[in-house]
Amino acid sequence: MPFVSPEDFAKQKVAAVQEYSILAWRAVANFFSRPRYMADVYTQMDLIGVGSLPTIALTGFFTGSVLALQSATSLKTFGAVSMTGNLVALAMVKELGPVLTGLMLAGRNASGMASELGSMKVTEQIDAMRALGTDPVRKLVTPRLYATVFMLFFMTIIADAVGIAGGALISVSMLGMNASTYFSTSYRSLQYADIVQGLTKPLFSAFIIATVGCYFGMTTKGGTQGVGRATTQAVVVSSISIIIVDFLVSRAMIGIFGR
Amino acid sequence: MAEVLTRDDPRQSQPEEKEPVVVFENVSIAFDLKPVLENISFSVAHGETRIILGPAGGGKSVLMKLADGLLKADSGTIRVFGEDITMMPETELFKLRARIGMVFQESALFDSLSVEDNVAYRLHEDGVPEDEAHARVVEALKFVGLEQAIAKFPPELSGGMRRRVSIARAIISKPDLILYDSPTGGLDPITSTTIIELVMKQRDVSHTTSLLITHRLQDAFTLATHRYNLETEAMDPIPNGGIDESTKFLVLNEGKIVFDGTTHELVGSEDPWLRQYLS
Repeated sequence: MPFVSPEDFAKQKVAAVQEYSILAWRAVANFFSRPRYMADVYTQMDLIGVGSLPTIALTGFFTGSVLALQSATSLKTFGAVSMTGNLVALAMVKELGPVLTGLMLAGRNASGMASELGSMKVTEQIDAMRALGTDPVRKLVTPRLYATVFMLFFMTIIADAVGIAGGALISVSMLGMNASTYFSTSYRSLQYADIVQGLTKPLFSAFIIATVGCYFGMTTKGGTQGVGRATTQAVVVSSISIIIVDFLVSRAMIGIFGR
Repeated sequence: MAEVLTRDDPRQSQPEEKEPVVVFENVSIAFDLKPVLENISFSVAHGETRIILGPAGGGKSVLMKLADGLLKADSGTIRVFGEDITMMPETELFKLRARIGMVFQESALFDSLSVEDNVAYRLHEDGVPEDEAHARVVEALKFVGLEQAIAKFPPELSGGMRRRVSIARAIISKPDLILYDSPTGGLDPITSTTIIELVMKQRDVSHTTSLLITHRLQDAFTLATHRYNLETEAMDPIPNGGIDESTKFLVLNEGKIVFDGTTHELVGSEDPWLRQYLS
């Protein structure tokens, strides 16, 4: 592997950030002018949303279940097992629902986008699209971005709901709690600020998943090996970015709402 | 079927268009500081078929992509249909490319679309009604002899069939300029001849200006010495050892032009490298 001077390395990284920013901006702005590829948006919604439903439901369910199991052990020490629903609901809605859904979708869809667009890039299909008079960002990136933002929002709601249900199942069947107690404490614990925080995060996560996945796909170089590299980078960068942005959004929301 | 794809000879119908279709003036481009093309200057006239020859890695495909605006030159000027595309924004290039058809080296068909949708891609983008688009796809596929493959997907096709679909996709909008990037590359001799016959058919039936890259000298000389016969629907040698005057050559080696001229000039060249390359 050739040695790259620190100056060249820094320049490459700055150029990559610039390239990513331009791609992300164009992907957002394209939606406000014609042509709009709505059929592609619906296809991507199906692939991203409906296709990821079993993964998200299973993740949400078992996260809620294990959360109930673990928290009940600690709460028992203080004689507060009845607060299990409260803890599961808050944790799922504010943090685990949005973050885990984002991470699961990053693993499934950012990789899918990077490999699909990367394959198109190395087989000159992207160039062919340009040669046929179509803007590849408008045709390929914009539909994926809007479909991911729209679907991840609702996928997070599903993950939250299934997670709370999983917690309920464990609380009732294994901890001997009353279902109505569990659900009433869950319901009473959630406030407007918690819901807003929980539903703001997936908007950011979705933006990261789609733009990072498409960026690595559209900039793939080096044949099939390059496609593999782009796919790995897309998952790693989007997953880390989701966790960092989750922290920043949490801090901002706590600053705004005080909780 | 051929008459539908036929246009009047542009050399007769557009006498006002004196300027060449493609003009390169001192064009240079480098990748990672390595020069790929250096001070390339040539022009392609209306109705001309310019065959680009040269060893692999000589910058032929890069030159083709520069002509379609898919790559930007580092220096020099490129004019296509009289418009300077060197600094033209991509949105303007999309409009210009409506007049250009391109056949890629590896066909570059969209894997997820059927042959019909691949060929009709540009028509769908332009909002052409479905019935009309279907009729034009059938017509273009008949031109390349592949109407039976209309419902197939690219992975189901052989290399030669993919190349023919790619030609159908390039000609469906009846472009004024066609860029063929190694249309016979990696194909067996019989399939290569079929492809060259299609290129010749497009040249002699539609009189479309074109640039064609090839590694096979026999394909290049077949194009220069044969004509497409519409009656027999096959190519025939031009009588008395004649050559097609609209077919010219450009030879590239290591990013520089080694030869630019007619078939006679190429065959009669005394340049030692060229003679060795042609032998």
